[in-house]
Amino acid sequence: MADYKLEPNEKLDVREILKDLDKYEPRRRGWTWRKPAPGLKMGPFEYKDCSEPLKNSVGLPPAKYFGNIDPQPMPVITTEIASGRFEDDIRRMRMAAWHGADHLMVIRHMGQSHIDGLMEGTPQGIGGVPITRKQVRAQRKAIDIIEDEVGRPINYHSYVSGVAGPDVAVMFAEEGINGAHQDPQYNVLYRDINCVRSFVDACESKKILAWAGILQIDGAHNANATAREAWKVMPELIVQHAINSLFSEKVGIKPENIALSTVPPTATPAPCVYYDLPYAVALRDFLRRYKMRAQQNTKYICSSVREATVTHVMNMLISKLTRADIQSTITPDEGRNVPWHIYNMEAIDNAKQALIAMDGLMEMVELKKDGPLVEMARDLKERAVLFMEEIVEVGGYFQAVQEGFFVDSAKYPERNGDGIARKIEGGVGYGYIFEREEDYMAPVTAHYGYNNVEQYGGDPENPSALIGGCTFEDRSKIVFIDELEDEDCVARRLEKVEKYLDGKAIKPEMEWCGDGTILLTMMIPAEPRTAEAVALEIGRKLGLEEPVVNSKEVMQIAEGTRVEMKGKVTFDIDPTTLEIPPEPHHLDDATLYKEFEEHPMVVVCGTVGEDEHSVGLREIINIKHGGIEKWGIKVNYLGTSVPVEKLVDAAIELNADAILASTIISHDNIHYKNMKRINDLAIEKGIRDKVIIAAGGTQVIPEDAVKTGIDAGFGRDSHGIDVATFLAEEAMRRRGDL
Amino acid sequence: MRRDNDFEQRRQHIANLADQELYDRFWELTAQVVDPLLELGRKNTTPSVERAVLLRMGVSSLDTQKIVEGCMDRGLMGKGAGHVVYKVSQDKGISIREASIKLAEGEYWDDAVALFKGGK
Repeated sequence: MADYKLEPNEKLDVREILKDLDKYEPRRRGWTWRKPAPGLKMGPFEYKDCSEPLKNSVGLPPAKYFGNIDPQPMPVITTEIASGRFEDDIRRMRMAAWHGADHLMVIRHMGQSHIDGLMEGTPQGIGGVPITRKQVRAQRKAIDIIEDEVGRPINYHSYVSGVAGPDVAVMFAEEGINGAHQDPQYNVLYRDINCVRSFVDACESKKILAWAGILQIDGAHNANATAREAWKVMPELIVQHAINSLFSEKVGIKPENIALSTVPPTATPAPCVYYDLPYAVALRDFLRRYKMRAQQNTKYICSSVREATVTHVMNMLISKLTRADIQSTITPDEGRNVPWHIYNMEAIDNAKQALIAMDGLMEMVELKKDGPLVEMARDLKERAVLFMEEIVEVGGYFQAVQEGFFVDSAKYPERNGDGIARKIEGGVGYGYIFEREEDYMAPVTAHYGYNNVEQYGGDPENPSALIGGCTFEDRSKIVFIDELEDEDCVARRLEKVEKYLDGKAIKPEMEWCGDGTILLTMMIPAEPRTAEAVALEIGRKLGLEEPVVNSKEVMQIAEGTRVEMKGKVTFDIDPTTLEIPPEPHHLDDATLYKEFEEHPMVVVCGTVGEDEHSVGLREIINIKHGGIEKWGIKVNYLGTSVPVEKLVDAAIELNADAILASTIISHDNIHYKNMKRINDLAIEKGIRDKVIIAAGGTQVIPEDAVKTGIDAGFGRDSHGIDVATFLAEEAMRRRGDL
Repeated sequence: MRRDNDFEQRRQHIANLADQELYDRFWELTAQVVDPLLELGRKNTTPSVERAVLLRMGVSSLDTQKIVEGCMDRGLMGKGAGHVVYKVSQDKGISIREASIKLAEGEYWDDAVALFKGGK
């Protein structure tokens, strides 16, 4: 099984994963938390609330300034990956693991919750992935390889609900799934599955989850997403969380495997923290026995990824100020499409960045123990108690559901009469509840409730012994079904994208191999409707297929609109036709020391134009920062806002061998104009043959710089060694030594 | 139901509870809500519960629903679908898997009904 080894610079080949799936066995059962690393030292820093670092990872963008450290926060980080094609999701799971996710959730195919029984094979999904044994096995197997690569266990997760909840729970237990959503209230309220049926099924499902050590997440946050005014359902949210949690505990799930899916109920422009923080405090007080899986607010998410990101970060402030054992991430493009690869990574990075930023915060601040926070939290808890009291008064949970107690838009105990009401005798699956007779029997492990194996001499402590063990003891009894369809299956889909998988052609990709999707951002100087039409016309003229505007933001109603548009490119790129410039090469220290010792070099330099920036140039020249002085180059630094004439005159006066100009401002191409001016002046004053001219800056494109007549340009991420290598080689060339 | 905000009257009996008392009351009430639900699960079964039993007995997912439907059609759900397969396999001297395949194909149902007639 483990014979497929993966190198970091090698693409994961899903075709390899799919081989011998019938023989795959999961390597473990149950959930894994991150390992705390108190006092972790990384680079120059000591961290307070971090977990053990990864073996391989992609750090945050500024990590390059900090020795490429990638500290990992303590909460497990979730990302949801379900594009409809599980085979493409596998590659995204690898990306996600490298960015720091260790809880990968797969959303189910739309409509799967109403299918009686397990789905099999690998059909393509809509709005999610059809959860089947083959799909689950392939992903869990791939995740085994990925977790070895990053060096941290990864939890794999999907849903146990709908009219086949227990069937799915069995399959998950057999296949080593680590986490699952299970909440009968969700079935009742949002899927209109009969309430009695939902709870009877849930008993069996939860018993199976308990056996398999699967961490359970509830579905209460959906009340928040559904309610008209989300901040008013806070008392009900506490009630729903409590019902599922205690119900689960009483079935047998350990409290540490019971997690609440909790969402800060509101979002800006509401003063959201003022509402959300007391709620978070109240919830974590009442539900203190259980784990908190902090989800982002999705109720108010729009199409701006920036806005969604800020909401996410503000929600993580609540997580940090209270408690989050699992920090979930909603991809910032959730408001516009089924999430794309890049936005999963953004969401994971957002979580990592925010939580690392707040590392140790609670050693410095604490929540007040009096005042509005405590008063508002108490208010919510009292309302939750009164809500629960009234459920008991009217005759129990089912009666309360029938009377529309839940998802009412008023803040309890006020009622608007618009709650979701479900009949006790109605809904999907109604009429399919059967009383167990006296001789009822089920000779299997992790079966809930009345059983009777003793009638055949069985042991109630080990009921499956009656049949020589069930699939939970003897995996050879599991019936693996490969495919049910010839066309709608993974093999056919992979055939169609073979050239991309084999690297013979390259096409951009947002969710599926070869989808060709790209995203364009533009500012159209027109009001939104015109701007949208203009953008679509641009898309058509660029030759994009299916151009769609997926976000518009007004800059000013008359002056302009920010537009983001997606579309598909229709062509492939043949990688063999590409001219890829060689990686910059560096001369070694010894060669550079020797060159500048034998051929001393004097340089004049400064930041040209009306510009006071000096950091970039100082990094290039200063010996402390690995600048060119290190190898013996004599540097004359003229400062900032140096007129180009002065630079050239200084070169003449000091008999310099080279001029280095730093250019930060690029507006109206002033940086290139200044380069040209230096070149022209040097020619005019008769020193061009003698002096090497180079310029650099964050907006400099080396090829464009050279077009101005100078000898070299240095863009973003250039260092002293690049400049020293160039100066040495240019001097050698001019002497005829190279 | 429509109701004006009556929080102030409604909370009178809990207004003076200490935080821990309020907490205890909340969980006592929650237990009163969930206990009957747990009891329902003990006493009843459903097609999905029975399919999940059959899966663990090593029955193919393609056969579980057929067997459950056979049980529902013949009033055998209260015995347990797994029980039916078990008893047929014992009676015929065949494996659980073989019995399940036959039952899914529509065979042995008359035997199954007969086996359960008059109790065990």
